[in-house]
Amino acid sequence: MNSDDKSSESDSFSLLKELSETPGVSGQEDRIRARVSDHLAPLVDELHTDILGNLTGLKRGSSSSGRRVMVAAHMDEIGLIVTRLEKGFVRFAPVGGVDLGALPAQEVTVHGRSDLPGLVASRPPHVLSQEERGKPFAQADLFIDVGLAADRLAELVSVGDFISVRQSADRLGNGQATGKAFDNRVSVVVLLQALRILQGRSHGWDVFAVVTVQEEIGLRGAKTAAFRVEPDVGIALDVTYAEQPGATPEESLAMGSGPAIGLGPNLHPVLRKLLVDTAERDEIPYTNEVLPGNSGTDAWAMQVSQSGIPTALISVPIRNMHTPAETVALKDIERSARLLAGTICELPDDLTALALDGEA
Amino acid sequence: MNELLEKLSRARGVAGHEGEVRAILREALAPYVEALTVDSIGNLIVRKGGSGDRGQQRVMLAAHMDEVGGMVMRANADGTVKFRSVGGLDPRILPGKRVRIGAQSVPGVIMRAPHAARSGKRVAPISDLLIDTGGAGGILPGDMITFESEYEEYGRLLKGKAFDDRVGCYVLAELMKGDYECELVGVFTVQEEIGLRGAGVAAYAVEPDVAVALEGTVADDLPKQHDVSPTTGLGKGPSISVMDRSAHADRRLVRILTETATAHDIPWQFKQPGVGGTDVGTIHLAREGVPAVAVAVPCRYIHTPAALMDPADVKNAIELMSRALSGPLGRPLEAERSEA
Amino acid sequence: MRALIEELCGVFGPSGQEERIREVISGQLDGLVDEMRTDRLGNLIGVKRPTVSSEGGKRIMLAAHMDEIGVMVTHVDAQGFCRFTTIGGVLMNSLIGSRVHFANGVEGAFGMEGSPLARERPTPQKLFLDVGADSKEDAQVQVGDTAVFRSSFGEVGDRLFAANLDDRIGCAVLIQTLRELESSPHEILAVFTVQEEVGVRGATTAGYGLEPEIILAIDVTATGDFPQATPMEVALGKGAAIKVMDRRMIAHPKVRGWLEDTAQAFDIPYQLEVLEFGSTDAAAVQVSRAGVPAGTVSIPCRYVHSPSQVADYNDALGAVRLLVNALSGEYPS
Repeated sequence: MNSDDKSSESDSFSLLKELSETPGVSGQEDRIRARVSDHLAPLVDELHTDILGNLTGLKRGSSSSGRRVMVAAHMDEIGLIVTRLEKGFVRFAPVGGVDLGALPAQEVTVHGRSDLPGLVASRPPHVLSQEERGKPFAQADLFIDVGLAADRLAELVSVGDFISVRQSADRLGNGQATGKAFDNRVSVVVLLQALRILQGRSHGWDVFAVVTVQEEIGLRGAKTAAFRVEPDVGIALDVTYAEQPGATPEESLAMGSGPAIGLGPNLHPVLRKLLVDTAERDEIPYTNEVLPGNSGTDAWAMQVSQSGIPTALISVPIRNMHTPAETVALKDIERSARLLAGTICELPDDLTALALDGEA
Repeated sequence: MNELLEKLSRARGVAGHEGEVRAILREALAPYVEALTVDSIGNLIVRKGGSGDRGQQRVMLAAHMDEVGGMVMRANADGTVKFRSVGGLDPRILPGKRVRIGAQSVPGVIMRAPHAARSGKRVAPISDLLIDTGGAGGILPGDMITFESEYEEYGRLLKGKAFDDRVGCYVLAELMKGDYECELVGVFTVQEEIGLRGAGVAAYAVEPDVAVALEGTVADDLPKQHDVSPTTGLGKGPSISVMDRSAHADRRLVRILTETATAHDIPWQFKQPGVGGTDVGTIHLAREGVPAVAVAVPCRYIHTPAALMDPADVKNAIELMSRALSGPLGRPLEAERSEA
Repeated sequence: MRALIEELCGVFGPSGQEERIREVISGQLDGLVDEMRTDRLGNLIGVKRPTVSSEGGKRIMLAAHMDEIGVMVTHVDAQGFCRFTTIGGVLMNSLIGSRVHFANGVEGAFGMEGSPLARERPTPQKLFLDVGADSKEDAQVQVGDTAVFRSSFGEVGDRLFAANLDDRIGCAVLIQTLRELESSPHEILAVFTVQEEVGVRGATTAGYGLEPEIILAIDVTATGDFPQATPMEVALGKGAAIKVMDRRMIAHPKVRGWLEDTAQAFDIPYQLEVLEFGSTDAAAVQVSRAGVPAGTVSIPCRYVHSPSQVADYNDALGAVRLLVNALSGEYPS
């Protein structure tokens, strides 16, 4: 069936909503891991959490070759961390590439002894000079207000507590959705949906579905997971820039244009062709994402693990990346899952089929 | 100077597109080596002299096949092309230059507004530049873009493109033709210019005892107002790196090379410390660590369409490395000593 | 340990040239460890086997870096002045007025092109080193030679002043910990690493080679206790800091919990640290192979990477107590 299916689109949205709204700032992924684990468990033969916290589901293949494909989708999201308490307010630092410009007046959750709702305080423009009003907020200007007295705050919140953005995921018009942490919960949904498709299909290779941690602070989870899994092939799932005002046209892709297949030195050309051929055969709309250097995804870490791993990248275009207002076209999730599942079924038993220059 | 060097300089290959260079080296070296493999990222690994005795010193020599260039981001309907650099390009030298695009080697020029419309105040970033192909067609996103420049003699010097690091590839190829007591593993690496990517995985696989990166490096020996470092100078022999942005050289290897050069009357120079980086950056951190150093042929104007180098420096680089491999570089290192 | 800190701070050891400091530390380790070796990049590794066998015993790597920031000569001009490049994160603003010391005893003073009254922001291109020479031939240094920042070791009460408390105070804490650790269920891998200041390089390869089950770095951290400092809770004299996060690493919650629980159980004052800039050897070992649970015990230090660094001796003592008590017990299951 090649048409985009409305019911699975709605299924993807409810899954995305649940995962998007679950906190999981880089370094504190326990809650999002538990949620993903609930969904992953019925789809795989084995489940494992490693030292850094990567969650790996193994779905065995039918072939005796023991070939392994590692599919990596990171579950961590950017966020904040408490650096000090100051007169009843919370001082913070970013965890990952937080867009400071989208923070003022944003609601957040401070993960102290219990979850505390709070918001990023900003001084009103009425009391500021013209000059002050003309400047964007700096980190030093910002506090978080949780509405507690200083002594009570100190009982509940300590230096080093994580803070996540507080924002529900909801539908927009035209089959789109908006929320926080779509980078990269969108790809976690792609991975889960692909594994669902694979339940009914035969695949030769063992699939290591790795939901990685600490991607946003330097691809740290993927690096150790790739070392442990030692895959024959790696496929990273991530989001990329969708077209919008301010984005350079040659570095962004149309919303709803389907999965983007990474193209550039980070990605293995023969493996890439397998993805392209699969998309064309299964009539899945796709685009190319041209990456002249570092893809900034788990693919960058996987490619150079140990003696090297042929690596591919499937990306879903989203808007307003690294803000609480990320948006996605839901049909891209469905199409990416089909592309991933289809490619896994096509992985060749004989690895020389992936050799560069047509010879080993 | 030499047919192989000329072929290597003319070959087109930015990071991720090293196939043409790899094919030339494969053909040139097949008669001289015992094993020849290509790994998943594209490194060409050639071996000789392994007796299987693990007491034997395993020396890895690395030279990168990729050159700086660009990649097509978008081919517009009017025949113009948006592009980005692959590796470090100085946007100031780009306008008006001739390039070749894609596997079909489609010619194009980097556009520059007519002089009356120009502002001399600001350097246009690469994202603002366009290549004009005249509407050649057949150009796809992801296609590589290389500079175009003839390989020829300029007085006593050689001029050509991609000497960084095809001259290193040439030196390595010549060294592989020799016979040494050590086990020699030559690695023609990929993706050096975008982060020393190939060398790290190769070193992990090869597990060398020591390694030397062979490079074409910056020479800045132009007239200057101040008495400051020329980085390296043409005609003063191969350069030896003590420290650059990617690594500290192993001091024992530096000593071996300088002592070998002095003993055999081969000119040599230190490269200005703190400048640039080489494959040593990832090689020396592979597994439990690999003592390593970089030896380079000085080249003026690297990372531009045309570089200049002195053939005498090429000859002396080969001579130095060959002497060192036959001597102390081919034997186990002694423990580091304090010179206090 | 005070004398030890002073002694270590007096030894030459810029990144990449750690031979002398390694010799001094290896002399200190004699008798404290069961085994000692130097690895391929120059890390000094002391192994102390467990004294009691226990299920909760782990293979624990403790890393303190031996190297210090400095400068390297890039060019000697005709008049004998030297141009230089930096080794590690040297602060340009701190150079004018500070002195450096070469391995062969030559002193260097920084000068800057132009009039001293019309001072612009110093840049590496404008600065040079005066090494007491009148010509290139006369200069007792050459391209590739390195120098470290030096000023006399100072003490005001318990406040210590030196150019390289980063991380000689950490090395001293590690040695003192080995001295005081009477019994432990753990195999202790005491690693004095090289090239931390230029990108945690020594720890990268040592971590791979040693395959520890836990990594603890012992290093200095910045503070938020001086006028207009970046908001940060850490202050001098309030105890060792237990790291939550820095630029490259988030500490493993279990390792951090182990250290916090130990501090609370033994009434050792401590502070939690979130550092926005910089990192430690633990960041490198954390992602070694399939990953290693990582934590850091930090000694608060003001003006890190300047030639005048200030720390509080009591914080170093606290770090030792914390480490000794943690390592004497089992790692929580």
